[in-house]
Amino acid sequence: MGRFEYFEHLADMGIIGRGASLAQAFEEAAKAMFNLMVDIDQVEPKERIPIHCQGGDREELFVEWLNALLTEADINGMVFSRFSVESLTGEELSGWVKGEGLDPERHHAKTEVKAATYSGLAVGEKGGEFYARCVVDL
Amino acid sequence: MELKKLKAKGKYEWVIPRQGEMRVPGKIFANQGLVEEMDEKVYEQISNVACLPGIQKFSLAMPDAHWGYGFPIGGVAAFDPAQGGVVSVGGVGFDVNCGVRTLHTGLELEEVKPRLKELVDTLFNIVPAGLGSRGKISLSSSQVEGVLTKGSQWVVELGYGEKEDLEFTEENGMVPGGDPGAVSQKALQRERRQVGTLGSGNHYLEVQWVEEIYEPSTAAKFGFKENMVVITIHCGSRALGHQVGTDYLRTLAEASRKYGIPIRERELVCAPIDSPEGRRYFSAVNCAINYAFANRQVITHLVREGLGKVFPQAEAKLLYDVGHNTCKVETHRIDGQERQVYVHRKGATRAFGPQRKELPRPYQGVGQPVIVGGTMGTSSYILVGTESGEEKAFASVCHGAGRRMSRKRAMRTWRGERLLDELKSQGIYIRGHSMSGLAEEAPLAYKDVSEVVEAIHNGGLARKVVKLKPIGCVKG
Repeated sequence: MGRFEYFEHLADMGIIGRGASLAQAFEEAAKAMFNLMVDIDQVEPKERIPIHCQGGDREELFVEWLNALLTEADINGMVFSRFSVESLTGEELSGWVKGEGLDPERHHAKTEVKAATYSGLAVGEKGGEFYARCVVDL
Repeated sequence: MELKKLKAKGKYEWVIPRQGEMRVPGKIFANQGLVEEMDEKVYEQISNVACLPGIQKFSLAMPDAHWGYGFPIGGVAAFDPAQGGVVSVGGVGFDVNCGVRTLHTGLELEEVKPRLKELVDTLFNIVPAGLGSRGKISLSSSQVEGVLTKGSQWVVELGYGEKEDLEFTEENGMVPGGDPGAVSQKALQRERRQVGTLGSGNHYLEVQWVEEIYEPSTAAKFGFKENMVVITIHCGSRALGHQVGTDYLRTLAEASRKYGIPIRERELVCAPIDSPEGRRYFSAVNCAINYAFANRQVITHLVREGLGKVFPQAEAKLLYDVGHNTCKVETHRIDGQERQVYVHRKGATRAFGPQRKELPRPYQGVGQPVIVGGTMGTSSYILVGTESGEEKAFASVCHGAGRRMSRKRAMRTWRGERLLDELKSQGIYIRGHSMSGLAEEAPLAYKDVSEVVEAIHNGGLARKVVKLKPIGCVKG
């Protein structure tokens, strides 16, 4: 089972996704990020949006994935609660997200995330569990 | 930070001697306590910036410095294109030209107090803020282009504000060299109805009064009188700027590899100023700088509307608008010569001395007003730029108090609701869009702004002019 958590950063916030695969770690990190913006439990997966992105290595790809989600959310005025990474090679990712139009009250709007960054960035495996982490700029 | 790694130069300057691949020494402006409190990461980041090609004189950190992205927040560095100098996303940040502007209202504290709640509520309702906020202004694509190339000048032409506002905005509210072609379609799509919105996090609109005047003659030139009420706006370039940062993070990561620039921290990815990638990034930054100027200009217009509803006699006049996440082409005296350099200020404010021709006419011979924002419970300061600050720090000072406690810890320590009550008992009325957001911004999560400003003043980077106290605040 995957899970997400946070780590301390003085000015902003660190997010970590963990899972049985790299894809799951990426998905969990996305949950961590959106849970900073809203209460993701309140977001219904009504609409599906495909995501494709590329990066020079898997660390860059992880940041690209998170930033692609922020961009889609903002352009569509949406927030997401379901995340799926369907295929993940060293330099390319395809997947989808589900969510609905932002309702600040029902979703308990919290803070905006400006960007996922290269700070505190690490992607890897430890003791059979995959992790993906970075600091997000608030 | 361990003091033994630094060389003290007087009480307010700490030098990181050149070592290893550092091209210049590092320097921190702060008192001993603030240096001791600083993260070791700040030391590392100052040293990393000092290794970048074309850096001039020193890699600097202000007294409010803390761990940032490649550059420390509160980091300043100047690069010469003729010496292979670079532009870096880390030196500008994701919220390009995030900055502050202060408006005089002409009102006295005693006049405002009885109607404070009404004023703050009106501003809260009139200025869109918070997660995903959209404004009423929908720009056509040619209008967006106008904003990106002409900034405040464009929105003033559209009727948001007065011509006079431009004179009192850094760069007259418009930097040249913004090519909208360098801004991605995604960034343009994200712009949709965000001009005139405050955003969230540490962005705010604050009603303040002049509690103390340190330098009466300068204060008078800046239009301050004791007990007068001002309104300060803090915000940036919204999603458009964030997307510019995000887009070019990857472009510059590739460019760093292409040009063989050794990168000691990923976030320091950069490109030579004189390269296609560097020129394109700088052009996109200029567009985002203009967008942020326009954003604060439209918010100024909305604030005037709100102020006028509650106090029809008020006349909101702009003191100054200055950014603190920027890269600017400026002339500085280096090794006895006037040279054009690209000054990165990441969480640092420009502070030109009295002789600079870029200053608005009324401030020539006086110096540039510098706005240093505090927190919703403490004070803000207006300083004035000096010649010695130009010499010591490429005319740069701090931008705020700087965090001392992480958001995570702040949220564990305070509850938004209780914080509101506490501040209310101190006579400060707050309206926020998010309770958890308020807790993160608790005053005690920040360094003591007075101590930070004292270090700037005593270190000779700028002089204190007035101290402002908050009485009302709208948080994004």
